Amino acid sequence: MRGPIPNKDKLMTPISRSARLALCAGLMLGLTSQAAQAVDHSFSNGFKFQETTGEAIFQGVCQGCHMPQGQGAVGAGAYPALAGNPRLASKVYPAFMVVNGNKAMPSFGAMFDDDQVAAVANYVRSHFGNNYTDQVTPAEVKALRPKKPAASE
Amino acid sequence: MSGAGIGSMSRRELLMMIGAAAGSSVAYRAMASLDMVPESDYKGPIKLEGDPKGASVLILGAGLAGLVAALELRKAGYKVQVLEYNQRVGGRNWTLRGGDSYTELGGFEQKCEFDPGLYLNPGPWRLPYHHNAILDYCKRLGVVLEPFNQVNYNAYLHSSKAFGGKPQRYRHIQADFNGGVAELLAKSTKQKKMDQLVTKEDREILLESLKGWGALENDYTYRMGLESSGRRGYDHDPNGGTIGKPVPSKPISIDEILKSGLWRYLVHGHIYEFQTTLFQPVGGMDMISKAFAREVGDAVRFNCKVTAIKQDGHKVTATYVDAKTGGAPTQVSADWCLCTIPASVLSQIDLDVSAPMHDAINALPYEASIKVGLQAKRRFWEQDESIYGGVTFTDLPNNMIGYPNTGYFGSGKGVLLGAYTFGPNAYEFTALSPQERVKKAIEFGAQIHPQYKDEIENGIAVGWHRVPWILGCAGAWTEEKRKQHYDNICRIDGRVLLAGEHVSYIPAWQEGAITSSLNAISRLHQRVVNG
Ligand SMILES: Cc1cc2nc3c(=O)[nH]c(=O)nc-3n(C[C@H](O)[C@H](O)[C@H](O)COP(=O)(O)OP(=O)(O)OC[C@H]3O[C@@H](n4cnc5c(N)ncnc54)[C@H](O)[C@@H]3O)c2cc1C
Repeated sequence: MRGPIPNKDKLMTPISRSARLALCAGLMLGLTSQAAQAVDHSFSNGFKFQETTGEAIFQGVCQGCHMPQGQGAVGAGAYPALAGNPRLASKVYPAFMVVNGNKAMPSFGAMFDDDQVAAVANYVRSHFGNNYTDQVTPAEVKALRPKKPAASE
Repeated sequence: MSGAGIGSMSRRELLMMIGAAAGSSVAYRAMASLDMVPESDYKGPIKLEGDPKGASVLILGAGLAGLVAALELRKAGYKVQVLEYNQRVGGRNWTLRGGDSYTELGGFEQKCEFDPGLYLNPGPWRLPYHHNAILDYCKRLGVVLEPFNQVNYNAYLHSSKAFGGKPQRYRHIQADFNGGVAELLAKSTKQKKMDQLVTKEDREILLESLKGWGALENDYTYRMGLESSGRRGYDHDPNGGTIGKPVPSKPISIDEILKSGLWRYLVHGHIYEFQTTLFQPVGGMDMISKAFAREVGDAVRFNCKVTAIKQDGHKVTATYVDAKTGGAPTQVSADWCLCTIPASVLSQIDLDVSAPMHDAINALPYEASIKVGLQAKRRFWEQDESIYGGVTFTDLPNNMIGYPNTGYFGSGKGVLLGAYTFGPNAYEFTALSPQERVKKAIEFGAQIHPQYKDEIENGIAVGWHRVPWILGCAGAWTEEKRKQHYDNICRIDGRVLLAGEHVSYIPAWQEGAITSSLNAISRLHQRVVNG
C-alpha cells in the first residue's frame, strides 16, 4: 500500500494510509497504471472500479462478500444477506453503506462515482427476491458522501 | 515510443519525474515525523516480574498475538486458556500444502494439490531484518530462517502498455533509469543550470558522484559500452579463452523508460520494510505458529466460535459455540480477557466494553487482498530465464509474480506466487470463484511467462475477504482514524484489552501483532501486580 507515484495521495485513499502494510508496497505499484483501459472485462484499471451497470458491479465486486445470490455468509463473523433483507426497504440504506461503510464493510465512496453507487443500490433492491421499485438517484448518492471525504486526509 | 527524445521534456517535468521516483522516501520521512514509521523497539524477551497470585487470563484468538500472550503470561505465572475458531493455531500465519483443503465463505472448497514439500503462504511471506520481535521468537523457538529475495535484478518489470507488452529485466530498467537521470543531471550541472543549487566545490563532487552512480562515461554520457553493461548486463557476457571478449548491450533511452512507467517499481527495494535482508521460515510461514503450538498448544481450545464477551467488576465471561455445528453455547470465565479477534469479526460480537472502544472497533474495516499459488511441472523461471527467487511486477491485475526463494535448481516441480493483488482488482478477484481466480492468474502470468500454458498444472487462490475468520487482510487504519480511535482501541477497558495487528502502528505485519501483544500484557501485568 504505498507508492512512489505522482498521484499518490489520490491513490492512497483508504488503503494507503494504513499502508506501509506488508502487503502494501505492491498495492500502490499495481494501482499506478495510468491508461484508463480495462485489461479485462472483469478487472478495472487504477483505483476506481470501472464496472458501470448494477449487475456488473454486483458480480464484479459485491458478490465477493455478499455471495452470488446475495445470500450472505457466516463464519467467525458474517456478511449480511441482501436477499430479502428488510433494511433495503429504504433506498438510501444500501447507497449509504456502499459510500460510507460500516464495521467490516469498507467504504467504497472513493472507488465508485455517484452513478455507480446508485446503479448497484438499485440493482440489489430489485433482485434476490427484493422488489422495490423506487430508485435512488446519483444526486441523492452525492448527498450521502461525507463533507470532507474520509479517504482524503 | 522513441523519437520524442528527452529534449522534448522540460527540465521541470523531468525533475518532477525524479521527485516522483524519490517520492516514497520523501513520504517516508514525512511519515516518520508523523510517528507512523513501522519500527519495532523490541529490546529482547519480555520480563514480567512480580507475582500475579494465580490470576487467570482468557485469550481469544490463537494467531501470533494470542500465542505470544499465552506463552509469556503462562511463563509469568498466570493461568491461561485460549479459545480459537479454527482447528489450528496461527491465524493469518498460515501455509497451504498438498493435501490441505480450504473452504472459504460461501462454501467454496479447494483442495491443495501441490507436491510434497511445496507450499503457498497465502498471508505473510516475508520478515524484514528489523522486525526484531518476530525474529527473536524464531530464534528462541528454533524456527529456521532463510533469505527472502525481495529484489531480483533478473526478474521482470512489465507493463502491458509499454515495450509492446514485452517484460523488461529489472536490471535494464534500473541501470538505464539511473544512467539516464545521471546524464541529465550531469549535463545540467555542466551547463551551469545547477549553479544556484550547488556550490562551486560541490559541483565537481556532484559530477563525480553522478558518474559513479549512473555508470557514465568520462564525457558524462550514459551510452552503450562496458560502463553501462557493467550494470545492465551484456549481449555476450565476459567469458574465458577465445570467446572471452564481452559484447555490450544497448541501453534503453531515458524517455522510453520514463514513458513506460516502469520506473515506478524501482523504489520497491528501497522501502524500509523491503530492504535487504529479509527472511522466510524454511518450509513455510506456519513453521512459526507450529513452534508456538509446541509450547502452548495445550492451552488452546479449538473449534470455538466466540459469540459474546461479558464482564463485571470481578471477572470476564466469554460465550462460545462449536465453530462447525453451532449448538449449545458454553461459557468460560477468567479474571481478565486479552482479545485478539480481528476488529472485522469483533465488531459483530456481543462485547461488553465502553462506547469509545466500541467506536474504535467499529471504525476499522479490513483491506482487500488476494494471493494465488500455482504449481509448475518444472522450475522454468530458473531453467529458462535464470530467475532465482524475488518478484516480478506487472500492471496486469495479478500485480506480482513471486518466485520461490528456496529449493533452487531443483529438478522437480515448483510453486509460484501467481498473483498478489490489493485494491479494486483484489475485490474483483475475490468476487470470482476460486477456480476462476486461478484461471485468471494463469492468463495474466502467461503474458509474462509464455511457459505457463504448458507448465502450470494446478493452483489455489485465497481472497482474504472470503476468509471465514477475518473478513479481509488487515485493518484499514487512516491517519484520521488513528487520531480518533487508536488510543481507545489500546485501553484496558475494565477487565478486557485488545491486541493484534490491528492494535499496532505496524499494520499488516506480524511484528505488529507480536509487539501489540507484548505491550498489552506488560500493561495488564502492571495492573495485576500493582492492583
Ligand atoms: C495477504 C497478507 C500478506 C501479509 N504479508 C505479511 C508479511 O509478508 N510479513 C508479515 O510479517 N506479515 C504479513 N501479513 C500480516 C500478518 O499476517 C498479520 O499482521 C498477523 O499474522 C496478525 O496476527 P494476529 O494475531 O493479530 O491476528 P490473526 O492471525 O488473524 O489471529 C486472529 C485469530 O482469531 C481467531 N478468531 C477470529 N474470530 C474468532 C472468534 N469469533 N472466536 C474465536 N476465535 C476467532 C482467528 O481464527 C485467528 O486465529 C500479511 C497478511 C496478509 C493477509
